[in-house]
Amino acid sequence: MSRTKIYVPRETTAVSVGADEVALEIARVAKKTGTEIELIRNGSWGACWLEPLVEVDVDGTRIAYANVAADDVASLFESGLVTGGEHKRRLGPIMEIPYLIKQDRWTFWRCGLTNPLSLQDFEQHQGFKALQKAFADGPESVLKAVEDSGLRGRGGAGFPTGIKWRTVAKTQSEQKYIACNADEGDSGTFSDRMLMEGDPLGLIEGMAIAGFAVGASRGYIYLRSEYPLTHSILSRAIDTARGAGWLGENIDNSGFDFDIELHIGAGSYVCGEETAMLESLEGKRGIVRSKPPLPAHAGLFGKPTVVNNVVTLASVPNIVKLGAERYAGMGVKRSKGTLAFQLAGNIKRGGLVEKAFGITLRELIDDWGGGTASGRPVKAVQVGGPLGAYIPAEQLDVPMDYEAFVGIGAMIGHGGIVVFDDTVNMARQARFAMEFCAIESCGKCTPCRIGSTRGVEVIDKMIAGKDREENYDLLVELCDTMEGASLCAMGGMTPYPVRSVLNYFAEDFASSDEKQV
Amino acid sequence: MARIDTKTTSEIVAAHGAKPELLVQVLATIVKRFGWVPDDTIRQLASELNLSRADVHGVVEYYEDFRTAEPGKHIVKICQAEACQAMGSEKLTRYAEKSLAMSLHDTEKDITLEPVYCLGNCACSPAVMIDGKTFGRVDEKRFNEIIDHMRGSN
Ligand SMILES: Cc1cc2nc3c(=O)[nH]c(=O)nc-3n(C[C@H](O)[C@H](O)[C@H](O)COP(=O)(O)O)c2cc1C
Ligand code: SF4
Ligand code: FES
Repeated sequence: MSRTKIYVPRETTAVSVGADEVALEIARVAKKTGTEIELIRNGSWGACWLEPLVEVDVDGTRIAYANVAADDVASLFESGLVTGGEHKRRLGPIMEIPYLIKQDRWTFWRCGLTNPLSLQDFEQHQGFKALQKAFADGPESVLKAVEDSGLRGRGGAGFPTGIKWRTVAKTQSEQKYIACNADEGDSGTFSDRMLMEGDPLGLIEGMAIAGFAVGASRGYIYLRSEYPLTHSILSRAIDTARGAGWLGENIDNSGFDFDIELHIGAGSYVCGEETAMLESLEGKRGIVRSKPPLPAHAGLFGKPTVVNNVVTLASVPNIVKLGAERYAGMGVKRSKGTLAFQLAGNIKRGGLVEKAFGITLRELIDDWGGGTASGRPVKAVQVGGPLGAYIPAEQLDVPMDYEAFVGIGAMIGHGGIVVFDDTVNMARQARFAMEFCAIESCGKCTPCRIGSTRGVEVIDKMIAGKDREENYDLLVELCDTMEGASLCAMGGMTPYPVRSVLNYFAEDFASSDEKQV
Repeated sequence: MARIDTKTTSEIVAAHGAKPELLVQVLATIVKRFGWVPDDTIRQLASELNLSRADVHGVVEYYEDFRTAEPGKHIVKICQAEACQAMGSEKLTRYAEKSLAMSLHDTEKDITLEPVYCLGNCACSPAVMIDGKTFGRVDEKRFNEIIDHMRGSN
């Protein structure tokens, strides 16, 4: 009899709730009971609320068991785990879980499915096929595909990727770079991390394609230090790819050279801003650069550089392989393709949902997320990280579409969706937005550095009920100044969450006052 | 955590090819190994990387991770960012401060307690990191368990 495959994710969230202990216990009980198994540490499917999610391959069908604890393992084996036996943790076939099958998995299709560190598994799942197609079709064809796909940067700003690549391709230089932004600092976001832990070779392939398209022979990944497990998986994947000749000189006899260096951040949020990231990659303080020049003209070490987010780059292989039309056929208006939305905070079924643009915030929160974890009503939803607006419950029917979000004074950003129930005091959230800016400001512009500290003081006075109207006006003025005179979105967009609180939740300033009386 | 010594520091610099543009990477490696960057190390790095002391100092000072004071034996970070706030991280933080008898940013003999802004574990918040390992769905009971476990693994 062949060994039964059992999957237990080796992914930060799964591990954070006990997946390693479950894997150890499965190995121990299998040995003790003389059961022949092959334990595979896959990536996560992104259904975080089910973690640790264990799967067993029964005649080619993967049967899922959810929220498995180490204590469950013995009884799982007794119930016939290896044949998909009944158990209170048993969910049924993974491919029948609505949360997963109703998604449009374009970029994350290998996450959960494969062993992220197995080159063989990767190659059996179309791995490096897109890179080979790129080699066969030539750089121009790749540039055209990325342009036609309508792909926009997933790191936050939503800039068209094709235009960026074209600019770098056209700029003459003996050295160019691909800099992958894996700083993922926004609260409520983890899609970069899941991709790097679940399909690191897919990212490597995307970066190599980018390098080939624009004529860059070197790539950098700037990974935040808060992701140590990601670091370990990604660096092993880079070694694996290099060992097999998918990185290095003359890749697959194409004549194209490309290699990747993995850099680690040091706890600064602003280092996710592309020029601050470049400074940090050069070994300096992460101070934002003035533009121009654009990184595409003079980026890392002054050379033309493509700066792209992890998910942007990882979306490219399928665009090259399956065609730009397929990608552009999903989504709405100028928001083409899919986004990996991340359901976080006070939500019953938190996790990653890759869907075509156009789905509404309400569908994501209710149909996928199942409402709040507390069971209480939703009061506010922050989309797009700490610089994103708080959207009130009445506005949840807004479609996920870059321009529709701008229309309501909000932004999609990196696709993080943080849900708050009605126990939240929004005045505190406005205060936190200013406080976070004060902590993380790179210090280059006065409105950002000083304005944010002033903002905290003013909000404190409002919360304490001191000259509330005067301070309200002062806060609006501060927001205007920060928005108008900041070099980057740190100072420039911190006013978004603050204003959204003033606009939709002003009564929360009053309520904290009333409590004091 | 190991005690910092000049020999290991030199080895770390050498492993990075003594390239000044790798200063952030060198410092990250030092902090991972030793937990902090003493003044003497700043001096040593400046000389071995051919940078001014002010340059190295400026970089050390800029980044949150590069502590300039020796941390406790264990580093406990509690996420203070929005997704964790939505699941009660403030209350958890107050509880942690009380039960550990210390405040955020403090160092006691065996623990340094620090804030962190998102561990990417936002779907299973609140999140806590202990010595580089992330824990999710941390309520007060689980906090006690993981702290006990940390102390047990001394
Ligand atoms: C304060 C600040 C933080 C940012 N953090 C990130 C980040 O963590 N990851 C990211 O990809 N982009 C981040 N960005 C956006 C980058 O500046 C840049 O737009 C992006 O990396 C470009 O890649 P893309 O076009 O693929 O999105 C940040 C921007 C600002 C202003
Ligand atoms: S807005 Fe803030 S973070 Fe951005 S460059 Fe200015 S000071 Fe630095
Ligand atoms: S906000 Fe706490 S882990 Fe992301």
